[in-house]
Amino acid sequence: MKIHQLSLFLENKPGRLSEPCKALADAGINILTLSLADTQQFGIMRLIVRDWQKGKEVLEQAGFVVNVTEVVATEVADQPGGLANVLSIMEGGGVNIEYMYAFTFRSGDKAVLVFRFDNPDAAIELLKAKNINVVGGVELYDRAEQ
Amino acid sequence: MNAFRHDAGSEFHPVSAPDYLPVIQLRALQLHRLKTIVKRAYDHQELFRKRMDEKGMKPQDVKTLEDIRHLPFTVKADLRDTYPFGLFASPMGEVVRLHASSGTTGKPIVVAYTREDIDVWSSVMVRSFAACGLGNGDIIQNAYGYGLFTGGLGAHYGAEALGATTIPISGGNSDRQIMIMQDFGVTAICCTPSYFLHLIERAQELGVDMRKLPIKAGVFGAEPWTQAMRERIEPEAGIKAYDIYGLSEIIGPGVAMECQEQAGPHLFEDHFYCEIIDPETGEPLPDGEEGELVITTLSKLAMPMIRYRTRDITSLVAEQCGCGRTIRRMRRIGRRSDDMFIIRGVNVFPSQVEAALLKVEGTLPHYQIVLEREKGLDSMEVQVEVTSDVFGDTVGAMENVRKKLSDAIAHTLGIRVKLSLVQPHTIERSQGKAKRVIDRRKM
Repeated sequence: MKIHQLSLFLENKPGRLSEPCKALADAGINILTLSLADTQQFGIMRLIVRDWQKGKEVLEQAGFVVNVTEVVATEVADQPGGLANVLSIMEGGGVNIEYMYAFTFRSGDKAVLVFRFDNPDAAIELLKAKNINVVGGVELYDRAEQ
Repeated sequence: MNAFRHDAGSEFHPVSAPDYLPVIQLRALQLHRLKTIVKRAYDHQELFRKRMDEKGMKPQDVKTLEDIRHLPFTVKADLRDTYPFGLFASPMGEVVRLHASSGTTGKPIVVAYTREDIDVWSSVMVRSFAACGLGNGDIIQNAYGYGLFTGGLGAHYGAEALGATTIPISGGNSDRQIMIMQDFGVTAICCTPSYFLHLIERAQELGVDMRKLPIKAGVFGAEPWTQAMRERIEPEAGIKAYDIYGLSEIIGPGVAMECQEQAGPHLFEDHFYCEIIDPETGEPLPDGEEGELVITTLSKLAMPMIRYRTRDITSLVAEQCGCGRTIRRMRRIGRRSDDMFIIRGVNVFPSQVEAALLKVEGTLPHYQIVLEREKGLDSMEVQVEVTSDVFGDTVGAMENVRKKLSDAIAHTLGIRVKLSLVQPHTIERSQGKAKRVIDRRKM
């Protein structure tokens, strides 16, 4: 049910962002979605690719330090209140959100969000109990290809 | 000490008398003191005695000054290995002061003083101030750091013993330094030359023209500085800039000081026996030849240093100075024979930075030290390559790593540095000795 996200450390200098993107492009790997956290000094680039193991290998060979983190993708109603609903479920269950971002594609009338929870298993249980669809890897990548 | 008040204004300061000892008397005094100190070190310093015994030497074997070349050397590692008190020759009850300065690893090196040692230190500092024309009636702003560093208290005791009005302002807070300089009618300042450059620039920003102030002299040391810096400082501040030399292991500031000729610091040879050696072979070199300065303390009781290798590269000047002093001059220090550098008057060894990084990460990451100087203020940046061990997925985790590394370095060095995390493989790898320090400071 959990998705493997890759994250890399980037110095805040011109050209640093394009390097990993080019490395992946050269290896024919498509980025499904990404997010960039920035400070004055450095950035952390988080990205989701279909074959995370290959992605990790390609990036490490290009000289990057790569972390793999388990994140959770969920569907939320693509309308006002969709996200707020999910957040209140997490709050009620005492699960913390480290960060989140969205996928670029949607499925029908649903948006797909990526969450890094401090306790992903507990989060998945809470979401299932409230009938929120947690999207697994295979399903996610199929939708992406559509 | 009261006699000094009546002597204010005299061109010759009586405290400087030993600077002009006829050479025969100077050498006789040195020989007597050398024999005494070698015996003291042999009787009370285990490390020295062990080395003498290994050579089959006894203190009585020192019969002439030339015999000193047979004595074993002392090196900085000896102070590290005997930390904290292993080189003391006096019982703790007689030690009235402890100072400490940068060691090559995590621990500082410790130096000790008896009451008599403090008096000797004050006396060489008084002679230093007198050598550049200061005396009773002068108002001295002491901006060397007070604390474990020997600069602050060394200059302080000397200035008071001189009979000058002493302002223990210590370092930092440049705007306040400039305000005090104006308001208190300061006539001389003691600080590092790079800090004084910074004060000049700050004063100019504030619209204060130092040339119009009563300040007439600067006693600058704790770091090497060039003739080019002197030629900038003197006209811009309207003062004479003097080079003072010293090191904690020997006594602190006051080992040597320039006279008004400003042609290289005069070594106070009646207290410090100086040799120049070839750093590779250890063989003594004649006056005029460049090599490593080796100093033997002739008067220190608490912690005598026999043939201490300073790692400073210089030469002794044989020709007599225009001032008439018989104590010889050394050429101003240009470089060292090890990888130590000085920033804002603080000695730093790259190995200290390594020790700090190792403590945090468990392994040694690739790192580089970059030194810059902006508006006279030195800055030090430590660049550390990120490895998978420390790369955390959140910004918070990375900021934590930065803070941990920064704190570890500050804890070891005693100064705050800028810490930058950089991408892997951005720091140049080298085949031989890694170039750990990139010094971009001009002058």
